Amino acid sequence: MIRVQKEDFDAGQEIRGISAKNVEVGGVASFIGLVRGANEESQITAMTLEHYPGMTEKILFGLESEARTRWQLEDVLIIHRYGELTPGEQIVLVITASAHREDALQSCQFLIDRLKTGAPFWKKEDTPAGSHWVESKAEDDTASERWLK
Amino acid sequence: MRILYFGWVRTNIGLGTEEISLPPHVENVEDLIEFLRDQGDGYRAAFENIKAIRVAVDQEMADMATPLNGSKEVALFPPMTGG
Repeated sequence: MIRVQKEDFDAGQEIRGISAKNVEVGGVASFIGLVRGANEESQITAMTLEHYPGMTEKILFGLESEARTRWQLEDVLIIHRYGELTPGEQIVLVITASAHREDALQSCQFLIDRLKTGAPFWKKEDTPAGSHWVESKAEDDTASERWLK
Repeated sequence: MRILYFGWVRTNIGLGTEEISLPPHVENVEDLIEFLRDQGDGYRAAFENIKAIRVAVDQEMADMATPLNGSKEVALFPPMTGG
């Protein structure tokens, strides 16, 4: 399931929701991305996430479908927030549930690696010196590309 | 045709979306960017380095050679930074 929203989320509640409704689930993997208080150069006071409504949901749904094809999964949940966030706030949640840990863990990493460079979100950071758009990182491209086959 | 801009492409141009009637010589994405580049300083700044531009046609990732005939929506934006 995909949710693109302004509101915060409760990862514990989402995980319990997934494991409680399906006794085939033997393991749940999750990843939470947070706004950091500083980057390599400076302090960060706020982060704004912009996205492409419509296409975002389509891309995330495509990634979920691909994960379900490549691994044996009982459930998938991706929640991605947009709007203005402050350091410490949650940005993204990926949960994958499977009968077996390997499928859950690998697919969770696949989803976060792929969505970082493949889902239409753009981050703008506010710093004491002004605001700027975050540049894409080569290491994120490498992390995403290793899943291509 | 509806054109959408995101990230620094949007802030350079100063708007997020616009409707444009394409001249007949605009056949693909690259032609569109060449055409937009001449629409003002903000456009020129946004499209100065074409290698830094990513594109989606009708919400599917596309490239510079993607034809535009029959397309309704083109989005131009920097590399994505989600997660």
